[in-house]
Amino acid sequence: MAAPKVGTFTTGLVPLPAENVDTDQIVPARYLKVIDKAGLADALFHDWRFEADGTKKNPPFVIDEPRYAGHGILVAGDNFGTGSSREHAPWALGAFGIKAILATSFADIFKSNALKNGILPIVLPAPLHATLMQIAKEDLAATVTINLAAATMTTPDGATHAFPIDLFSQKMLLDGLDELDYIRTQGEKILAHETAHPGTINTLQPNTPR
Amino acid sequence: MPQTIIEKIWNQHVVDQQEGAPAILAIDLHLVHEVTSPQAFTGLRSRGLKVRRPDRTVATADHSIPTTPRNLPIADEMAAAQVKQLEANCAEFGVPLHGWESPNQGIVHVIGPELGLTQPGATIVCGDSHTATHGAFGALAFGIGTSEVEMVLATQCLLQRKPKTYLVRVDGTLRPGVSAKDIILALIARIGVGGGTGHVFEYAGSAIRALSMEERMTICNMSIEGGARAGLVAPDETTFAYLKGRPHAPQGADWDAAVARWRTLTSDEGATYDKEIVIDANTLEPMVTYGTNPGMGLPISGTIPDPANETDPAAARALTRALEYMDLRAGDSIIGRPVNTVFIGSCTNGRISDLRLAANVLKGQTVAKGVRVMVVPGSADVKRQAEREGLDTIFRDAGADWREAGCSMCIAMNGDQLAPGEYAISTSNRNFEGRQGKGGRTFLASPLTAAATALTGVIADPRTLPGMSR
Ligand code: SF4
Repeated sequence: MAAPKVGTFTTGLVPLPAENVDTDQIVPARYLKVIDKAGLADALFHDWRFEADGTKKNPPFVIDEPRYAGHGILVAGDNFGTGSSREHAPWALGAFGIKAILATSFADIFKSNALKNGILPIVLPAPLHATLMQIAKEDLAATVTINLAAATMTTPDGATHAFPIDLFSQKMLLDGLDELDYIRTQGEKILAHETAHPGTINTLQPNTPR
Repeated sequence: MPQTIIEKIWNQHVVDQQEGAPAILAIDLHLVHEVTSPQAFTGLRSRGLKVRRPDRTVATADHSIPTTPRNLPIADEMAAAQVKQLEANCAEFGVPLHGWESPNQGIVHVIGPELGLTQPGATIVCGDSHTATHGAFGALAFGIGTSEVEMVLATQCLLQRKPKTYLVRVDGTLRPGVSAKDIILALIARIGVGGGTGHVFEYAGSAIRALSMEERMTICNMSIEGGARAGLVAPDETTFAYLKGRPHAPQGADWDAAVARWRTLTSDEGATYDKEIVIDANTLEPMVTYGTNPGMGLPISGTIPDPANETDPAAARALTRALEYMDLRAGDSIIGRPVNTVFIGSCTNGRISDLRLAANVLKGQTVAKGVRVMVVPGSADVKRQAEREGLDTIFRDAGADWREAGCSMCIAMNGDQLAPGEYAISTSNRNFEGRQGKGGRTFLASPLTAAATALTGVIADPRTLPGMSR
């Protein structure tokens, strides 16, 4: 499996001014019965987007508004991605075309899952976040350029802002490196640790037959 | 330097730590279920990799399976395919499976402890955010995504950054009618659903020490609802007594050696934490949530908060939206709100002690007319034990539905669900919009509060039950 590679991109904004958006909203549980990653774009925010009969809501949910079509940066409220660990959430966001999410904070597991799928969870200070939320709502032609190598974001006013990203994730995404491959380079150390720490857990064999 | 138990377990599991990179952390136990694993096995296959440690891996089916009698086939085709895929993956990769018809089947976080696989000092992961449950044994246990499931299957390791530490000290004595669930709901109401982000909770204090293992599991289970990936309780005699003699627990000389090791897993005198909070158990009431995240909870005697009193505009907006979804009015009391369904079960409160509490309330009584009461044991073992004790008869006689083990209406993937607009009081852990069925509305509470509510059909204070005087 090829790891995602991220560089520099320029795209529009979509405002989602809700706090604590949980992964049950991002992908409702009944769409978790899939055994692959395909076809999740329609599951994204499903119950906020569709009526019970499967037709799109009218007026449509923000990501379906024609004026936001093709915009790849979601400007979301605080603590985005709270709740369930389902990686279906970033899979669905990615399938829909979301490349980055701007918020004042993210839930831990969601953040980790997003990075593994090439979606940038970017934490912004509250004032800049508020400005961009306003721009997202009002200026449909506005675009933001994200440069991962420089870890900067150029806002519609032409200003460039640094954003925090750990050097490791940055390098992995820039070079399209895979975390599993990285761990596997340390096979000897893993073996040495296992040998030194045999432990008492064995799922294959009960210790005390019932 | 004095260390917390969290740091001790962390340090014992670091395989490698390169400058600037996350640590490679060794994982002792990997729990697998049908929903978050198929894509990981597919990944292994396409890379031509094996499961490195099948002896440290165990699987079960819990989320998407029906809770109707096990001799019926799974009617939902997608769920059936998912369960079949799990069986095929486990067979191909040599992973032990307690499948949906196995006597050891159950919710992944219920069977780990039951089988004695959950042990103090271990690192435990699962593609499931409620993995923190296992922290009750003094293990560092946390939820991971499916990419990470693949990494652990392949290498028995993960890339992790050292978490910050958060001491939750609960002192005092719980009043009658107040239980472990109320402690954790009170904590989350206080710190909010993002309060523990980036941290691991250590639950300590006299009120925590006084809890049984099952009660400690209830608390650790909902650590994620406070934003913390993990939460744990240092092991003690209660822990060892629970584990001793369990099928996968060490025995004989191995047991003695293990206990000696486990006894060192306490936070050192003078160890410091990145954050701390103190909760007074004496003053806690039964808690109920009124909103659409687990932080929106209040003492049962309270009234539904008014967005007009919120100083933070974002919080006011969130509260307005939540009350709209729940169709509740600010200022109303939470006691007396009608419910359509009572759900007793889940990895939070689906263990035998929870069922005993609920049965004790329902014994010789009848559930309120028109209210559907579902009791779903957390595992096949819990179900057998409950039946040995006659709890199933108590539930059935009271008019409740006694089901097979699984996640059921906690996540509503299997057909057990609310209709749009319906209200449930639920002993599970999430009250998100639609969590228990599209358009469904959830009040989270303890088994005692849920059972008291089953009798009246409206949210009821368990402290008014016989034998629970204030
Ligand atoms: S009972 Fe609910 S919270 Fe627990 S594992 Fe199942 S779905 Fe998740």
